[in-house]
Amino acid sequence: MRGFTYERAADVASACASVAQNSSARFIGGGTNLIDLMRAGVERPSHIVDISRLGLAEIAETPEGGLKIGAAALNSDVAADRRVRERYPLLSQALLAGASGQIRNKASVGGNLLQRTRCPYFYDTRMPCNKRSPGAGCAAFDGLNRMSAVLGASRSCIATHPSDMAVAMSALDAEVEIAGDGGKTRTLPIGDLHRLPGETPDIETNLRHGEMITAVVLPPPPAGRQIYRKVRDRASFAFALVSVAITLDATGGRIGAARIALGGVAPKPWRVARAEEIVSGQSAERMSFDAAADAVLEGAQGYGHNDFKIELARRTLLRTFETASQA
Amino acid sequence: MTETTGKQNLVFIGQPIDRLDGPFKVSGRATYAYEHQHGEPLHGMLMGAGVGKGRIRRLDTSAAEAMPGVHLVMTYRNAPAQASFGEELTVKPGTQRPRPVLFSPDIRYYDEPVALVVADSLETARAAIQQIEIEYSTAQGIFSLEDAREAVYAPATANAGLATESLIGDAEAAFASAPMRFDATYTNAFEHHAPMEPHAALAVWNGSQLTIFTSTQTLWQIQEGVANTLRMPKENVRIVSPFIGGGFGSKLIAHAETISAALAARALNRPVKVAFTRQQMFANAGHRPMFEQRFRLGADRSGKLVSFSHDSLGTTSRFEEFAEQSASAYRSMYAAPDRATRHRLAPLDTNRGEWMRAPGEAPAMLAGECAIDEFAEQLGMDPIEFRILNEPERDPERNVPFSTRKLVDCMREGAERFGWRARQAKPASVVEGRKLIGIGMSAAIRANYIGPGSCRVRIDRQGELTVELDMTDIGTGTYTILAQVAADSMGIPLRRVGISLGDTLFPRTAGSGGSWGATSTASALHDACRLLKEQIVRVARETLNSPFFGANGEGFEFSGDRVIVGDRTAALTDLLELVAPEGMTAVGTVERGQNLRDYSQHTYGAHFAEVEVDADTGEVRLRRMLGVFAAGRIFNPKTARSQMIGGMIWGIGAALMEEGGLDPRYGNFVYGDLASYHVPVHADIGEIDAVFLDEHDDKANVFGAKGIGELGVCGAGASIVNAVYNATGIRIRSFPITVDKVLAVLPEI
Repeated sequence: MRGFTYERAADVASACASVAQNSSARFIGGGTNLIDLMRAGVERPSHIVDISRLGLAEIAETPEGGLKIGAAALNSDVAADRRVRERYPLLSQALLAGASGQIRNKASVGGNLLQRTRCPYFYDTRMPCNKRSPGAGCAAFDGLNRMSAVLGASRSCIATHPSDMAVAMSALDAEVEIAGDGGKTRTLPIGDLHRLPGETPDIETNLRHGEMITAVVLPPPPAGRQIYRKVRDRASFAFALVSVAITLDATGGRIGAARIALGGVAPKPWRVARAEEIVSGQSAERMSFDAAADAVLEGAQGYGHNDFKIELARRTLLRTFETASQA
Repeated sequence: MTETTGKQNLVFIGQPIDRLDGPFKVSGRATYAYEHQHGEPLHGMLMGAGVGKGRIRRLDTSAAEAMPGVHLVMTYRNAPAQASFGEELTVKPGTQRPRPVLFSPDIRYYDEPVALVVADSLETARAAIQQIEIEYSTAQGIFSLEDAREAVYAPATANAGLATESLIGDAEAAFASAPMRFDATYTNAFEHHAPMEPHAALAVWNGSQLTIFTSTQTLWQIQEGVANTLRMPKENVRIVSPFIGGGFGSKLIAHAETISAALAARALNRPVKVAFTRQQMFANAGHRPMFEQRFRLGADRSGKLVSFSHDSLGTTSRFEEFAEQSASAYRSMYAAPDRATRHRLAPLDTNRGEWMRAPGEAPAMLAGECAIDEFAEQLGMDPIEFRILNEPERDPERNVPFSTRKLVDCMREGAERFGWRARQAKPASVVEGRKLIGIGMSAAIRANYIGPGSCRVRIDRQGELTVELDMTDIGTGTYTILAQVAADSMGIPLRRVGISLGDTLFPRTAGSGGSWGATSTASALHDACRLLKEQIVRVARETLNSPFFGANGEGFEFSGDRVIVGDRTAALTDLLELVAPEGMTAVGTVERGQNLRDYSQHTYGAHFAEVEVDADTGEVRLRRMLGVFAAGRIFNPKTARSQMIGGMIWGIGAALMEEGGLDPRYGNFVYGDLASYHVPVHADIGEIDAVFLDEHDDKANVFGAKGIGELGVCGAGASIVNAVYNATGIRIRSFPITVDKVLAVLPEI
């Protein structure tokens, strides 16, 4: 870990200004990922701006009937919030499926969204990794890539985004509130927050340096059931091999609306609008679900050790659909 | 003069006493290696090589050296001279070879230390490492079993001096002519020890005297390893290790953190502490080799085995051999007239494998107990009945009697308790919702040994007993059981016993390893107490105003805090006031006995597991597990049960998730932290229990007790794999059986 300076930000604007003016500055929230990365030498910030005490931990009702979750809210607090559990059980399930109790007690919502891949070649600074050192190559591509992406990857990077929470938020059509240098604010649909790697896997989000996530806004909950299903190598404290977030309104055997997001398979929560359109209005049966699964997994490609994820994702998706459609 | 022993002497032995070190551990007063303070220690950190085989081509440490707070950057260029690693054959059995660090620009394995940075703080040391510029010329290394096939060879012996091969009769011919045959090959993944406490050492020099506070299972091996490496008399090296946060075989010998701390502390004339990072543990602290094991079993139509062959190919290191004794595991297990077991090694450019809990039995029985299950099914037999049918009357290879052997009782008792009768022999018969349910079992055997050693006891005039030996408590309960043994041996209350472990100033023991720690050290302690009692009685008989002056009769007894000689009796403390006002000391010993040669001496067990397999995803989750064991007298059923459960959980890990991944291109263990190398968590375990059958092995030692530390893992994983088969009808012969492997063959329901 390199020497760095630490600043406890007084307010959002100064925090953003502080990071914006230093290209190697980083925000720190719970630090559950950043500090690990600093120890490993993957992140080497010269300046750390602590944004955990800016009054951004609140979970509040929105006039539209949704919830606004402050970026500094702890994962465990969000998972336990009565409103979240009652109206967005998908989000609570996803949060509780992630990490461990200790980590959830420390990790923030904003940090969870911006956590970095757990690709082991990314973590070992002696290994070639385009995400860490652009142009170095991708060791995972021909390597032990069992955990790697099968969707949205590129020749330069096949890393996955590890978050469970983001997958649920994606299916819930969340919007991300962002503050920038000079007090400017903007909003991004969560689907536009993360970028696919393409030729620049080092650029992971559409945030500009110095921009900060201040909140995640959930619109009113979708009609129907919400289910988060995570498949993993052990019963707890493991990243997803595949996860499925579904909201499904299938009263009377006909699908009104469905939202589908996959985790563990792509560089970002994987949501395919066409798949949701395909099932909308169809009868809630295997054929409809198959068609949706085909659409979600269109273009899926394995890289050897992770080939199984395609079939696993399909099976998990179909089963979750069927569970959700059984009232 | 002899001791007359009665049942009343066992007051504490056999009782579920809470571990005496528990309060220290939960309140933070148990000081672990890295927590020791001595002056103001400097912090050293190792930098690991970034290639698996090659040579340092360019090295620039100037930026690191220039950093404020950095005291030393040690590399092959400036490291003090050490004894050379030496040729394999120069190392005499039972001695420790030199293990020099930073002695050459050549890289033998990925993450081998190439530099040590010593700084005021850990953070500074870590930052300085990031400033070191290093480049390598890379050589072609061998990093997979496939690539090593041409170089496969037979070792001179397997670990612990066990025979490379055992060939009885003609196993091949018997197999070829057997009416029923089974032939299958299983692969086991690399495993990592992953103890909670990484390897750590604080080195302190005082003139020519070196003291190292470290975390080890076996103090003398560290002492000798350090002394041999630094070319100094071992008497000048003191090792201190009172608390150990798990070892599992990875803390038996000196590793780079200890040697480098000693070198740096001497160079800087300051105490230096060095610990492996969690990531460094994976390549630098040993591992379990990977195995490819072929079982060829032949039987007659009744199910009696006529041929048993076990061929085990394990990986080793190209620069230092480790032949895990996997093919020895079945030499005493099942009856078959014609038999063959063979070890072969595939040398890789990795660090050497090291002893991991139940070396030999653990990987062998994970595979072999599946083979037995498969063959039983092929023969149309219940796997328990098949095993009982092939139960030997004498050791099938050595042709000596068993000291005790309650394997059949373990299986029968386990079957009864677990509800084995409810098992549907036809696989994939039980479905609950989208879960396939199955149960399976396996058997266990583990060799029993005694490790020579000694123990010092001292009793003061108040009857307080101090016990000193360089034994370790690696979380197993040694402090507690030795206190129980001492209290019963002297007939005094537990609270008057003080156990001091983990210091080479104390008498030498064989340490914790090979499941021999408890029985060996308890035997030495018992011997020391016997000598102490004899001394007390002798002096008492000779002391004029003693109640035993001139007492008749040979026998004596210490119990209930009283001493009985003939028909006279006295309170122990009254006697001590009189005969030992300055206290009294005795040193006892234990040696390997003749019984190990004259008898086949093992512990036994049977595992039962129930699993559910998700019909959609292939996820395997354990519902419940039971182990039934026969291991002689149990000193402390509470700590013993913990030991067994811990071993069984390791079996769960080996069967379902533990997988060390070696990248065949670079030679790095890719799953190099606890997020990617999965060990079971609480949620994986379900219901678990371990029970012991009553047993007393009078060929083992004075207590009739045998070692238990490794028995729990033996065969444990196979019960789970067999349960997965019973649930799904699929046999997976590549461990661990992860979702990807299950999914590929999962039947549709």
